[in-house]
Amino acid sequence: MINYIWFFMIAIGVLVGIINGRMAEVSKAIIDSAQTAVAISIGLVGVMSLWLGIMKIADKLGLTDIIAKLLKPTIIRLFPDVPKDHPAISAMIMNISANMLGLGNAATPFGIKAMEYLQELNKKDSASNAMCRFLVINTASIQLIPAVMIGIRASLGAKNPADFVIVSVLSTSTALVAGLILNKYLEKMPIFKE
Amino acid sequence: MMKIISEWIIPILVLVIPFYGIIKNVKVYEGFVDGAKEGISVVIKIFPALVAMLVAIGVLRASGALDLLGKFLMPFTNKIGMPQELVPLALIRPLSGSGALGIATEIIKTHGADSLIGKMASAMYGSTETTFYVLAVYYGAVGIKKMRHSVISGIFADIIAILSCVFYSRLFF
Repeated sequence: MINYIWFFMIAIGVLVGIINGRMAEVSKAIIDSAQTAVAISIGLVGVMSLWLGIMKIADKLGLTDIIAKLLKPTIIRLFPDVPKDHPAISAMIMNISANMLGLGNAATPFGIKAMEYLQELNKKDSASNAMCRFLVINTASIQLIPAVMIGIRASLGAKNPADFVIVSVLSTSTALVAGLILNKYLEKMPIFKE
Repeated sequence: MMKIISEWIIPILVLVIPFYGIIKNVKVYEGFVDGAKEGISVVIKIFPALVAMLVAIGVLRASGALDLLGKFLMPFTNKIGMPQELVPLALIRPLSGSGALGIATEIIKTHGADSLIGKMASAMYGSTETTFYVLAVYYGAVGIKKMRHSVISGIFADIIAILSCVFYSRLFF
């Protein structure tokens, strides 16, 4: 999918450039953009290193476990169809906690583990209600510290690189609630039967 | 209030986490250095996609194609109060994480990190996930073939995220 999108972005761009007679600008933009990527990345290295350093300390302090403990009651309530002490619950909690801290790389293995446990309860090749619910939570996952974007903004000279976080957390929360409500409504509809 | 939270959050985090570490007898300096050395490899992983997307969107912008798209979608974007400059970002976000990062970066660079459009682009990138990627990876891992209602719910959540982002940005920025 992304292969076609990328290709068509360039193809359409060049085509429109020919029609508009702006090939000089297009040519300059190609080279400049590639160089811009370097400048941004160099700025990003500093912020990412800072954040990963702080997160390493937090990790040694068991911050993920603390967040996991806080999330547990909510997750149990959201998944009444999964037994309370089933390993799927703890895998889902670890996945969501890691996502909230912006540790995407750590979140994916927990998420896959959670899906495997949910599949033990499901045993079909059609997604269970619990799986659909878990994935809606994942597609609208709240990120408390979007480190990469903070880094990019810092690297592009933002006065206050983290000032967008409140808006993004509020938007994701709204989307999460909306997604879960629609999900609950749809799971009972005959066309989405298991 | 918002201003104070956003100004204080970084210093507080950088203070509180090592402080708690000292109390708990964790080697904070060594821990920090150990974690920080992964910073470069994260950026190296992002870098190629950043080049690819900055170039693609750069071509679209310089040729005037982006203006055309914006004009074409103006009746719709005006209705929801979304700046037309953010259309490409909203379209790519559910499909590709690295692609969206590249486009958001280009928008922030072009319009300025502290402009309304720049902040909105940052929030929009931070507020939705790459829905199709998440569904493909997680269902693929356990061999689920029927995704049932999760596709619609996921896309719905993305749309709500983008609309809320426009709404809250106008409220707070």
